[in-house]
Amino acid sequence: MTAVPLLEIRNLTVEFATRRGTVQAVKSIDIGVAKGETVAIVGESGSGKSVTSYAVVRILDRAGRVAEGSISFSGVDLVAADETQMRDLRGREISMIFQNPRAALNPIRKVGRQIEDVLLQHVQATRATAKDRAIEALSKVKIARPEERYDAYPFELSGGMCQRVVIALALACQPQLLIADEPTTGLDVTTQKAVMDLIVELTRERGMSTILITHDLGLAAAYCDKVVVMEKGKVVDTALASEIFRNPRHPYTRRLMQATPRLGTSLADLLPDAPQTVPAEARTAVAEPKTVAKPGPLMQVENLVKEYPRAAGGSIFARLLGKGPGEPPAPFRAVDGISFSIARGETLGLVGESGCGKSTTSMMVTRLIDPSGGRIIFDDTDIGAIPAKQFAASPHRRRIQMVFQDPTDSLNPRFTAERAIADPIMRMGAFKGRDALRARCEDLARLVGLPVELIDRFPHQLSGGQKARVGIARAIALDPDLVILDEPTAALDVSVQAVVLNLLDELKGRLGMSYLFVSHDLNVVRLLCDRVIVMKTGSIVEEGTAEEVLGDPKAQYTRELLTAIPHPPL
Amino acid sequence: MLRMIGQRLMTTIPSVIGVIIVTFLLTRVLPGDTAAYFAGPAASPQAIIEIRSKLGLDQPLPVQFVSYVAALVKGDLGTSLTTGQAVTKDLAARLPASAELTLAGLILAMAVALPLGVLAAVKQGSWIDHLCRIVATAGVSLPVFFTGLLLVYVFYFILGWSPAPLGRLDVFASEPPRITGLFLVDTLLARDFETFRGALAQLILPAVTLAIFSLAPITRMTRASMLAVLGADFVRTARASGLTDGKVIGTYAFRNAMLPVVTTLGMVFSFLLGANVLVEKVFAWPGVGSYAVEALIASDYAPIQGFVLTMAILYVALNLMIDVLYGVIDPRVRLEG
Repeated sequence: MTAVPLLEIRNLTVEFATRRGTVQAVKSIDIGVAKGETVAIVGESGSGKSVTSYAVVRILDRAGRVAEGSISFSGVDLVAADETQMRDLRGREISMIFQNPRAALNPIRKVGRQIEDVLLQHVQATRATAKDRAIEALSKVKIARPEERYDAYPFELSGGMCQRVVIALALACQPQLLIADEPTTGLDVTTQKAVMDLIVELTRERGMSTILITHDLGLAAAYCDKVVVMEKGKVVDTALASEIFRNPRHPYTRRLMQATPRLGTSLADLLPDAPQTVPAEARTAVAEPKTVAKPGPLMQVENLVKEYPRAAGGSIFARLLGKGPGEPPAPFRAVDGISFSIARGETLGLVGESGCGKSTTSMMVTRLIDPSGGRIIFDDTDIGAIPAKQFAASPHRRRIQMVFQDPTDSLNPRFTAERAIADPIMRMGAFKGRDALRARCEDLARLVGLPVELIDRFPHQLSGGQKARVGIARAIALDPDLVILDEPTAALDVSVQAVVLNLLDELKGRLGMSYLFVSHDLNVVRLLCDRVIVMKTGSIVEEGTAEEVLGDPKAQYTRELLTAIPHPPL
Repeated sequence: MLRMIGQRLMTTIPSVIGVIIVTFLLTRVLPGDTAAYFAGPAASPQAIIEIRSKLGLDQPLPVQFVSYVAALVKGDLGTSLTTGQAVTKDLAARLPASAELTLAGLILAMAVALPLGVLAAVKQGSWIDHLCRIVATAGVSLPVFFTGLLLVYVFYFILGWSPAPLGRLDVFASEPPRITGLFLVDTLLARDFETFRGALAQLILPAVTLAIFSLAPITRMTRASMLAVLGADFVRTARASGLTDGKVIGTYAFRNAMLPVVTTLGMVFSFLLGANVLVEKVFAWPGVGSYAVEALIASDYAPIQGFVLTMAILYVALNLMIDVLYGVIDPRVRLEG
């Protein structure tokens, strides 16, 4: 790649004015993108990778400004260009694709019209031809029946479909540079593969350059020519994708690589050289492991079903005239008669893509919603028979706890970390006075590796990893037997994820708990789980030990899932 | 859409029944004896009793209620004792006056508040944002009777620009042929432009008074809702695709920001319709508000019941209109309906 760079970022510094003075989000970075080249910008949250791309397109929000440096795009200085010039470049020469495709589209405008807006803006079509051009753009991104989809609103389309529309929007005017900002985060692995393949195919076809912004090293390696690693606003490493993983030069790159779960690694391998998730003094502090006395599984789920009624079809007039559908439509089975068991001290992985029923299953097992049929035997009691509304008062409530997906949203923003951890104890535990409660919270904080001086802080004053620890401390506060982990690390950076996964594994051993680990990330499941269940459309398609299922899958669907994961070359 | 309107209408039936019962009972527990008031200060006790039985007020409450509802079904709201006219006739004559005033005030308020709110959100922290804050605070903190009197003092008494604040038309002008009851519309339909000017001149001051008062909620809501939408992802997408500011703000942001604003508009409108008594009093406007207050002072049951019922039904109709408007603006609402 010796061609003249299409985009050249030199010595770029971006500042944000905040209440505590100016903060440099990007510090004198240099990045070049040649014509036809695909460059990945990789980094964890706060590394400045998105800010860099916003600076290129000049859509930084009010507080941000380019303090220093130059950005030149085929000879045009983007920092000095006036707003009219920028507007002509955006969408026509440089396009962007964003994370969370559904939110990136106007919710109350037909998707076809949104594509037309861009075409008309850049004089790529006239009013007469706009509709045909928009449909053509939709069919280019392989949307089936584009004429019908032209009239669809974003809420009527799936996440993957919305992302295709966003891609159609971005490529409608044949730009030279595409900036994709985490385009597949939040999508299922198979959808991710389809979307990424589509982006690569379309950009290659047109000889476009692409910047892929991602936190996923595997994705960067699988789809890009060159990788730029950013950390805290600085570019720390730039190398060819084929080399960077074989021979990572910078220590940060090496740490990132190490923390990414891959084939053939173990949990401890993810951590940097000193694996100290739980401080030594806490290791002896709390909780004797429970004596595993009773034989037999801890939880036995038999033929579990959850049905939701479908919306009745037909208009009110048709029904009034007795011409409506003869019988009500069959209810939708979100969970269709599944059976499994969780042994004492075991971690069971529940894997599947969105809509497969894994969350519904975990909600039923946690007894937050009522099953439509089947039994949930927990320690010889059929807790499925206790209505969800009354389960909070049941003595079993404290024995089944949950760690939620989003560590920020699952904490009350007005509660301090201590209050959040104390919450279940105050509701269900023996309340032994303020001092005892405080001592217990401090013990729990130590146990999950949360510095004790942080427990009087509010969630917004804690980092993502610290909030995850608060969520875990809250779940184990009552010494539960079974903890349901619903994608506990999905919102975390890989390095934090590595620490949290190790912490979870260690706590399980020390406290004698069982886990039901719900996840879509097969690499994480492989590391943490003893046994794995793969779900698809409400049913179990495969079940077995983690090595069997993920090493030598029997079901076609499991194989599809596994091949869809992008792997960095080893 | 029809189905949604039908369903919404069904849900309003219980509230209308509730309003009928409550207004009936409320007017009965209010202090004051209608018969005594009607008979005059010099009437003998015998005469008062006679009048009472003539009005049916000596009957037990349930009997009175049944005869009230029976009349209601026939569209008869009773007869006002003070004006001697049927209540339906009185209301029909006065409601358009209130409606014209309220609509004019609201349209005026919208014409100022919506652009002001949008501009304040787009140029957050600029002088126009501060202006928006001042206008909103001033509008809501000045009582309408004060603003009204001030306007009359300045524009009629000192400057002499506007006509005397004495009702909808100059005393010597004749009413236009009645079609909608709104003088501005009727005069235009009759091509009577002189009367139109006269009616407009009479309307301006009270309408401005109402508009100043209702500016605040509309401006604030428009600004807040625009700010939220301008921070949304899809606005960023629109910007990144090179759409002009006008397109981004007008087509993308504003339509999305309209939902809460429409709700506020509905609330402001129904509030103004019933509560502009003070403005009607200041400008001698022959509206329903002043009619109801006069009836209340005279312990005249029938007009009060009629007024409250009319307001309740108007409110229901207004809410229905807002729901339909929601469906027009937001396709997601249509799906749920």
